[in-house]
Amino acid sequence: MSPKKKPTPVKPARLSPATKPRPAGKTAKEMGEQQREISVSEFFTKNRHLLGFDNPRKALLTCVKEAVDNALDASEEAGLLPEIVVKLEAVGEGGAPAPAVSQATRFRVTIIDYGPGIVREVIPRIFAKLLYGSKFHRLRMSRGQQGIGISAAGMYGQLTTGKPVKIISRTGEKQPAHYFEVQIDTKKNEPLILEKKQIEWENHRGTQVTIELEGKYQKGRASVDEYMELSAISNPHAQFTYHAPDGETKVYPRTIQHNPEPPKEIKPHPYGIELGMLLKMLQDTKSHWLAGFLSADFSRVSSQTADEICKAAGVSPKKRPRDVIGLEAEKLYKTIQATKLMAPPTNCLSPIGEKAILAGLFKQIKGDFYTAVSRPPAVYRGNPFIIEAGLAWGRGPEQAALDAAKAPQAPLAEGESREGDDNELARVMRFANRVPLLYQQSGCSTFKAVLDTTWKNYGIPQSRGAPPAGPMVIFVHMASVWVPFTSESKEAIADYDEIRKEITLALREAGRRLGVFIKRRDRAHAESKRRDIFELYIEEVVGACKRLKGGKLAEGKLKAQLTEIAKKVTGGMKTDEMLDRNAGPHGLPHSIIVTPEGIEVEVPVEGPVAAVEAAPAPEPEPKKKTAKKTKAKPKAKAKTPKKKKKK
Amino acid sequence: MAKRHPAVEKKLVGLADLVISAAARRKDPSISIPVRSLSNVKFNEKKGYIEMGSNKQLRTFFNVGMAKKFMQTMLVADALNELQKADLTTSLREIYYRTKHTMGDSNENTFDDQAESDPVIEDLEVGLAALREEFHVRAENAGTIIGPVVFIDDGDRVDCSKLGKGGYSVPSIVEEEYLQIKKCTADFVLLIEKGTQWNRLAEDKFWRKYNCILLTGNGQPPRGVRRLARRLHEEKKLPVYVLVDNDPWGYYIYSVVKQGSINLAFESQRMAIPSAKFIGLSSADPEHYDLPRTVGIKLNDKDISRAKELLAYPWFQKKEWQAEIKRMLSSGLKFELDALANKDFQYLTKTYLPKKLKEKDWLD
Repeated sequence: MSPKKKPTPVKPARLSPATKPRPAGKTAKEMGEQQREISVSEFFTKNRHLLGFDNPRKALLTCVKEAVDNALDASEEAGLLPEIVVKLEAVGEGGAPAPAVSQATRFRVTIIDYGPGIVREVIPRIFAKLLYGSKFHRLRMSRGQQGIGISAAGMYGQLTTGKPVKIISRTGEKQPAHYFEVQIDTKKNEPLILEKKQIEWENHRGTQVTIELEGKYQKGRASVDEYMELSAISNPHAQFTYHAPDGETKVYPRTIQHNPEPPKEIKPHPYGIELGMLLKMLQDTKSHWLAGFLSADFSRVSSQTADEICKAAGVSPKKRPRDVIGLEAEKLYKTIQATKLMAPPTNCLSPIGEKAILAGLFKQIKGDFYTAVSRPPAVYRGNPFIIEAGLAWGRGPEQAALDAAKAPQAPLAEGESREGDDNELARVMRFANRVPLLYQQSGCSTFKAVLDTTWKNYGIPQSRGAPPAGPMVIFVHMASVWVPFTSESKEAIADYDEIRKEITLALREAGRRLGVFIKRRDRAHAESKRRDIFELYIEEVVGACKRLKGGKLAEGKLKAQLTEIAKKVTGGMKTDEMLDRNAGPHGLPHSIIVTPEGIEVEVPVEGPVAAVEAAPAPEPEPKKKTAKKTKAKPKAKAKTPKKKKKK
Repeated sequence: MAKRHPAVEKKLVGLADLVISAAARRKDPSISIPVRSLSNVKFNEKKGYIEMGSNKQLRTFFNVGMAKKFMQTMLVADALNELQKADLTTSLREIYYRTKHTMGDSNENTFDDQAESDPVIEDLEVGLAALREEFHVRAENAGTIIGPVVFIDDGDRVDCSKLGKGGYSVPSIVEEEYLQIKKCTADFVLLIEKGTQWNRLAEDKFWRKYNCILLTGNGQPPRGVRRLARRLHEEKKLPVYVLVDNDPWGYYIYSVVKQGSINLAFESQRMAIPSAKFIGLSSADPEHYDLPRTVGIKLNDKDISRAKELLAYPWFQKKEWQAEIKRMLSSGLKFELDALANKDFQYLTKTYLPKKLKEKDWLD
């Protein structure tokens, strides 16, 4: 191996006073003196890849992602419709002018939200203390989980550029805005406040975070651009404005005017905990006796069940929880796992919902057919979860028309064919608690389920071990109080059987609907083709007859007669009439069909709110796709007249 | 020089009339074409050849599945008529090129490849009860003949006993009006499957010693070769012997020469030679001629299933034939003619054939 190929060390030398290689022959005393505490932040500076900062491009994305996650969570929890501005700027090193975006190695990331704001006292710890947060200690569905994300992003910025995290926050119009510059003390995992002051701020409420960090900006797969696009799909109730470093601005308007139902907090379900967790809970509980602890601190354990568990485990229900230790605790744990309990409550989950998924896909992806499926709640290891899937298929009528116009008119030579240039594979969009997952696709349960599904059954080509082929986007969302990620950087969902099964079921249903759509469309298409073919063939046959008859033939008459017969055979109906008759969304719930004539949406009757009501963009931005307003009347199919303006 | 066939011309123009009159009556124009498959042939035991049954398929214009075929049929009929008028002959491939074009303002071609146009020509042959030669369509010259026979081809005298070891290339159209048999002194015709073995016999001047005509079609003999063998048999009363490999394909070649083919069953009456004899290789020969097992080839799955098909054909029902095929199946081996070289390079010429002819060791 050439020396060049050696992985460059993660330059921790300067940053971590880690133990040096020891010379041989040390005494136990000397060795004992070398033992010392490792702070969490020190650990993470060495293991930044665990948090998604493994390379500059990914670091930039992770930073944006963590800040946006927090902003969304905060706004939703406060009951405010999220409105978020993401701004990326290339900056030069050491005050030098910023180089070209593609060459830049440093970026300033600014995320502004109009959420509830943060009270002055906790600002430093939120942004400059790892494992500080509101979400870890409760079982409630949220984007963030551990309280690592934003402070890790700040720390990464600090390590790579030496710049502090700058925060402005204001909790209301009557409150002053606070400005902070904070750094993290990587040894103590405590915030260092470099500057704090009250300032004038044009925003009445909300938070602005600015982090300068080493990064790399590049469009395409797993880019910040893709993340913004996907976030807009999974959060149709949020408005995003994205200022890319190259000066482009994209606005993703809100298409749903209400926040998702706020998820409820639940107590852990006994099936979902491990022995260590049980031991800790036994020590921390406020209950005075064991049976009370079991019924109060867990969900789905009634006092009766609690008594039964105690009896079966041979532990007195009156025993003080703190005294249940060792073998007794282990026995208790095993008994609980063996006891039949009701599945955990599922009102703690807030799925995106079929209508919102449809709205999101429809807004961002051009296609001919959209559908969405929400599965009923299911449980893995005591954690409730919901799987949702969506499909967008086709290139959209405009693109189809464009392709048709662009298609080479040259007739085919022998051995040539018109097909075969269509080997594009479906794109899989993965989400966990509405957060787009951009890395480690192949290790993700969702992707494995996509591969496992037999798409050929639905008329979609698929090679072995590959996703289906064609102009298709597959959307999969998992909502859970605890999403099992394969790593701390939250990139892939762990492959639990229960989860995979739910995803597969959702995909099958979506695929089935797509199959129905494709079949119907093909049928309508075949009818129209038949008509065209007859017209063409009549020309040929009349020509042949004329030549056979040595030119003695009333051509026009024969043609008219044959055309008349053709018309009789096809039923005399026009092609577009047939399309209309056959392509409606009847029997295809939660689907949108786009034809050159317009858009068809079936609004589910049971919906409490007519949600698919896309507001027009507030201001027509130059480079974004304008939302289509799909006027949805309850209990009726709505058809918009002509296709909406685009671009 | 092609000869005009006014009857054929009339038949072709008749197709146009059919379309015109159907259209006038607002009826879907249709052409009825006899079905060319095993299900629609029957073996006429009395005549000794395969005849086409009466099953017909209606090819209608306004049926999505058949519209294109119908249109193609009309185009080919037009091209064939053009040949008639111009007094020219042509090849299947040229017919394909002549009729291929893009339709109207579409991207669709009338034909995509020759595999589409060839069957249409056969359809017309059967449907109009005309011969390919009458259509002025020829195949490639794929056969060779040598021996004491003299032809007149386009006015040229061709003496097949004076053509060295190369022989005369059999034209694809050998009807009387194109090729006349001027003189023939041979005693029999030997039709050989393989060109290599034909070469061996020609080189060894086998035909001179045994006063016979050597004919080969290089595999499945083309129409010209079959028709020429039939004419020699019919006009000059020569018996015809067939020498093929000992495998199911060899058996089938023999049966095509003798009883006609399934696909061209309508031509059997002028192609088949019901008295043709199967001279070898027989599955009994390896034993009779002491061929070692090592020069055999294991029958593959395709061979076996083909052999089983042959066993079921009505024209293989004679008990000698059942025994012949079953013997091959039970040995599990097939033998090529070339394998005789294991004994001696000239074994075929000097031992095998003389013995066979002397002992009249053949199958009927």
